[in-house]
Amino acid sequence: MRWPLIIRLLVLALLIAFLVSPESFAFLLRPLIKNGQPAIYDRGSLWSLTLSHLAITFAATTMATIVALSLAILVTRPFGAEFLPLSRSLANIGQTFPPVAVLALAVPILGFGNAPTLMALFLYGLLPIFENSLTGLTTVPPAITMAARGMGMTGMQRLTRVELPLALPVILGGVRLSTVISLATATIGSTVAARTLGEIIIAGLAASNTAFVMQGGLIVTALAVLIYDGLSALERFFVACTRT
Amino acid sequence: MIEIDQITKTYGNSAVVDRVTMKVEPHTIAAIVGTSGSGKTTLLRMINRLVEPTTGTIRIDGEDTRTVPAYELRRRIGYAIQGHGLFPHRTVGQNIGTVPKLLGWDKARIARRVDELLDLFQLEPGQYHDRMPSELSGGQQQRIGVARALAAEPNILLMDEPFGALDPIIRAQAQQNLIDIQKHFGTTIVLVTHDMEEAIRLGDRIAVMDEGKILQYATPQEIIARPTTGFVDELIGTGERPFRLLSLASIREAVEPGEAKGTPISADATLRDGLAELLWSGRAALPVEDGGQRIGRVTLTELNRRAARPQ
Repeated sequence: MRWPLIIRLLVLALLIAFLVSPESFAFLLRPLIKNGQPAIYDRGSLWSLTLSHLAITFAATTMATIVALSLAILVTRPFGAEFLPLSRSLANIGQTFPPVAVLALAVPILGFGNAPTLMALFLYGLLPIFENSLTGLTTVPPAITMAARGMGMTGMQRLTRVELPLALPVILGGVRLSTVISLATATIGSTVAARTLGEIIIAGLAASNTAFVMQGGLIVTALAVLIYDGLSALERFFVACTRT
Repeated sequence: MIEIDQITKTYGNSAVVDRVTMKVEPHTIAAIVGTSGSGKTTLLRMINRLVEPTTGTIRIDGEDTRTVPAYELRRRIGYAIQGHGLFPHRTVGQNIGTVPKLLGWDKARIARRVDELLDLFQLEPGQYHDRMPSELSGGQQQRIGVARALAAEPNILLMDEPFGALDPIIRAQAQQNLIDIQKHFGTTIVLVTHDMEEAIRLGDRIAVMDEGKILQYATPQEIIARPTTGFVDELIGTGERPFRLLSLASIREAVEPGEAKGTPISADATLRDGLAELLWSGRAALPVEDGGQRIGRVTLTELNRRAARPQ
């Protein structure tokens, strides 16, 4: 077995152990607290906060993937070709928009809670996936698409049997990027009362409790690293299937 | 039979293919030769409607190609291109089986056909069926590309510079392979190339194209002996004419009774090979062998006579 894998499994084991029984790790965080503050977040279960955090992230990323990929497919078809340059520049401009701003703008429309966070994560997650799907779909070698047409594949058959499989690794790269951004950005969602791990960090900041800030931050970091690695492995697997 | 009738393709104001009319007889190879930008690839792609003609009609066995949907037409016509265009995410077997699968053949029939073609192209089915295209050499990939084009037993095969990416030795083998396959299946082939040598070697008839027009459409003998324009002459290369003419016939046709000394030559070799051997070995005549039997000789005088411009 290789070292990187062992380290990842160790991180995963530690994360689960901490979530199941945070009290057993209290001694590590105790040096960070002052005058009798609690070392472990006590206003909600870490498990349920983590699950809620992940649920919001995955819901937003799944929606973003569906919408972004559909759009990318549309603008790369012959009938949508005239929208290709426009959508490309929109995607590029959108990327420069900070997620906090999207969140701030969503609250007046959707109110407080999970909804504006979901909205902000969804909107912000669209762009990397759209950009990568476009790149993937427009860089299939011309000889291959010409051969596919020449053999009598219909437009749909070319898309599902040739273009999407060949673009898949690049599309997955976009999904990975989007997931990790969402995972980190979801913590900000707690400022508008979404149930995410950001709650712990904000509570820690409000009460000058460094132990809270630390545990919230570490859980999000561990999740981000593990998910990023998992999706990278998936991507490598698909690259291996489609090597040219 | 392919009948191309007054076909024109214009982009903007310029005609890429300009009122081209030609007929390709069944079971023959037609080679379209021209420089890049001559419109030869566009002409080829109009046959299977990868490019839609602006005006004119193309008939296959008397039927206008526009009477069926383009994708159905293309499934009936083999198509092989330069750089093979194999699907990198599919195995060799899946690549070859592409069109049969589109046509809804059952699995067993596809598998039989794939193995038959691999055999025909000298690739051991058990060894190559499940490989990925990236694991093959350039020559093998090219053969798979042609095998894939022939998979659904098409009567017509279109080839766009199919051997362009191969080195000279592999190319010569691939060309011979194509001639054998064409004899085996009796496929009608339209082949686009920029290489006159290749056109003369493969074509039963050669169409010389320039600026969207066909300058001459004739047998290789006719093209070499009586080029209609200076451009055709230039493509053939004036210094190459006698040798190209000799390369069209086999020794068998020039054999005469009599004896000669030294290493014999096969009756299936071309007259050009014969001439080269005569000059190199400094002999005036070569013994000719056919299947191990001496059948006569071929002389320098006879080759001289045959290399002269036909009257």
